[in-house]
Amino acid sequence: MRFTLHIWRQESPAYEGRMARYEIDKIDPGTSLLEMLDTLNEQLIAKGEEPVAFDSDCREGVCGTCSLVINGNAHGGFTETTTCQVYMRQFKDGDEIYIEPWRANPFPVVRDLVVDRTAFDRIMQAGGYVSVHSGPKPDPNSIPIEPDVAGEALDAATCIGCGACVAACPNAAAMLYTAAKVSHLGLLPQGQPERYTRVRSMVEQMDNEGFGGCTNFGECEEACPKGISIKFIGQMNRDYLRATVCEPIERSGKMEAQ
Amino acid sequence: MAIDLNARIPHGPLADKWNNHIDSLRLVGPRNRPLYRVIVVGSGLAGASAAASMAAMGYHVDCFCFQDSPRRAHSIAAQGGINAAKGYRNDGDSAFRLFQDTIKGGDFRAREANVYRLAQLSAGIIDQAVSQGVPFAREYGGMLANRSFGGVLVERTFYCRGETGQQLLLGANSALAEQIHRGRVNMYTRTEMLDLVVAEGRARGIVVRDLVTGEIRSHAADAVVLATGGYSTVFYLSTNARGCNVTATWRAYKRGAAFANPCFTQIHPTAIPASGDQQSKLTLMSESLRNDGRIWVPKNKDETRSAPDIPEEDRYYYLEERYPRFGNLVPRDVAARNAKDVCDAGLGVGASGYGVYLDFRDAIKQEGLETIEGRYDNLFEMYERITGENPLKTPMQIYPAPHYTMGGLWVDYNLMTTVPGLYAIGEANFSDHGANRLGASSLMQCLADGYFILPVTIGDYLSRHPRGEIDTSHASFKATESEVNERVHKLLSLRGNRPSTAIHRELGALMTDSCGISRNKKGLAGALKSIPKLREEFWKNARVTGSAASFNMDLEYAGRVADYLEFAELMCRDAQKREESCGCHFREEYQTDDGEALRNDNEFTYSSVWEHRGERAPKLHKENLSFESIELAQRNYKT
Repeated sequence: MRFTLHIWRQESPAYEGRMARYEIDKIDPGTSLLEMLDTLNEQLIAKGEEPVAFDSDCREGVCGTCSLVINGNAHGGFTETTTCQVYMRQFKDGDEIYIEPWRANPFPVVRDLVVDRTAFDRIMQAGGYVSVHSGPKPDPNSIPIEPDVAGEALDAATCIGCGACVAACPNAAAMLYTAAKVSHLGLLPQGQPERYTRVRSMVEQMDNEGFGGCTNFGECEEACPKGISIKFIGQMNRDYLRATVCEPIERSGKMEAQ
Repeated sequence: MAIDLNARIPHGPLADKWNNHIDSLRLVGPRNRPLYRVIVVGSGLAGASAAASMAAMGYHVDCFCFQDSPRRAHSIAAQGGINAAKGYRNDGDSAFRLFQDTIKGGDFRAREANVYRLAQLSAGIIDQAVSQGVPFAREYGGMLANRSFGGVLVERTFYCRGETGQQLLLGANSALAEQIHRGRVNMYTRTEMLDLVVAEGRARGIVVRDLVTGEIRSHAADAVVLATGGYSTVFYLSTNARGCNVTATWRAYKRGAAFANPCFTQIHPTAIPASGDQQSKLTLMSESLRNDGRIWVPKNKDETRSAPDIPEEDRYYYLEERYPRFGNLVPRDVAARNAKDVCDAGLGVGASGYGVYLDFRDAIKQEGLETIEGRYDNLFEMYERITGENPLKTPMQIYPAPHYTMGGLWVDYNLMTTVPGLYAIGEANFSDHGANRLGASSLMQCLADGYFILPVTIGDYLSRHPRGEIDTSHASFKATESEVNERVHKLLSLRGNRPSTAIHRELGALMTDSCGISRNKKGLAGALKSIPKLREEFWKNARVTGSAASFNMDLEYAGRVADYLEFAELMCRDAQKREESCGCHFREEYQTDDGEALRNDNEFTYSSVWEHRGERAPKLHKENLSFESIELAQRNYKT
């Protein structure tokens, strides 16, 4: 198969980026889109030109590293698909394909199609955990969990942190990502002691990173390669509201002597 | 430097060794721990769990990963589950039985004491993960669910749908995030370790390259932990991620850490075959498919009909014919070897000729379309997504794929390598799986090492040495840094016309052919001649673009390929020396009349431990293995 590619090239954040045009031929229909880029890169390197930088690692849709906007859609706009799971037989011979990085202020471009997503890690570090040391713990069966609840927590925990939700959102909101973590832990008994401090810290960090707010476009759910439901944002909002109206009561003070 | 292969296995009965050992270890007090600095390279299950556990104890940890986030390490791709001897099913499981299964599965080439400890600690891993919020599958009553896995007679595997590795990693990663938040871990992402610094006989730190700015930098510490995974990408095409590499462990080897059993590599029998030259990785399909699928190839080499049109009499159900008792359910290595055998004979299917059919036609006839579809729903979907073919209509094509590497840096009972102060954990060490790893055991080993073993044993070393003895201004750091710089510039000076990926692909084909599913004397001798030539080809004709002081993925990749071109030789050398078949190491000269692996316990009941000696050939040392709690016996799946 033969394709005309328009790819975003940007040497570093200090340089202006531009779309560059490449022609590529003899691509097997069973080749993945990233393998097609590998092939293009081999051709560029052999000519002594710098290859197109793009992120990828596991190439089976679970590590969340790959992150391309293909023809205007995060991960290409296929149902529950990551960039690395896009195959060339899904295009027509001779197609023009536009490939760009995630576009969002909190995800600055590092080079070409590679962006910096460390903002996500900082949201996680702000509270996306249960505070526990390593060592002996109670037997898990001493705290039964209904299978439906465990299943729902897993539905949220399946987030791969790719950032497609942000890339697809007109507001560049990170609410689906944040809500997935908040809900995963908020649904489980182990997450209860820190439930409300967690949601406050994580939402605060999300705002500090410059992500926008949710205005119910629903694009995030559409673009999510793991099919994470927007209803988790509703749950996060409820938890957040409760966390803000129910300020913790200061009980350390002593009553003044009469 | 003479290498010390004392495994430091504690005395006493097998079941008491670990607890006695803990009691005898020297400790660092809580007030002193923040004064010690530990480097952890890698942030997968082993690295993240170790970094988080040590930081929670109070140590100061610097953690490094080459990915853009610690959560992306390849542990995340593990599907099936994690073993633990909880004994919840009332089916006779125990730590001893898990130990026994692991030793037998590893074909008697692992250390008894280490494996027993792993089995003992397994139950605690589940408790730890649940306390972090890992949503394991539950039964209706809210209790943890289990599934069974290959090679054992009990149900002891815990799972989260088909994404157990991801959930366990996110658990360990959340513990790491907490410690980063509390300021006890400095996390360095997109930073690759390029060398180990050894001074006065001890590991003192590492030299890294910042992959964004290109800066070469040193980090000093009181101890260094490598949790850098395995080396299956030496085969180019494997189930591993694109970034997986041998560089950290190979650099450590060249600085004096002995490498053990490099030829022990596991090939998984059911992956989607390579579809062409442009393919970059192989995707695993669960082995459970072999329960209902029949494996066959066409009888005629020049078959042109499509699979469903080939009549019964022209199909060769080679596993059913060769192994009437087990049929399609023979063990992993046997299934893999036979697939290669029929494809080598020219009967393979698919574009490359290296594929066999896995056919559900008869299962659908017997049990109905809906039943079979329901049973393998997500696997069929995954297959169709990749190949564009529906397995309910046309047979799947499968072929074995390099998957896991049992070999790694030699470590003693404390998980310390032969370089004092340098530790190796998880897949990066050689410790527990012998010549073959059982399914659902890799996650268990990574987390036992990281949560429970290393955080205790490392204190014994740290307490014996003054902290912060050498910093990055020491001559050894300057010398190592300049060697790294020199190497980077040497790579960038390559002005040939072959991309390093092309040379990697060539190396992969060579290794798959001569040191893959089965090996023989002639093939290995040939490979040992070809590898140096390929290395020469790389340093003569490779092309590396870009500059040192920038984000340069071409340079990163070239450095990893250069290390593989050296490592591959050690792998073949090890395979050549081990003149027996055991576990995944199948030497064609050593097989039973039935074509099964034939061990030679009299001569080879040892771990091969290789010492780097500069320009001279590496030296083979032997760590003899003794089996006191379990009888040495030939594997048998015929009766």
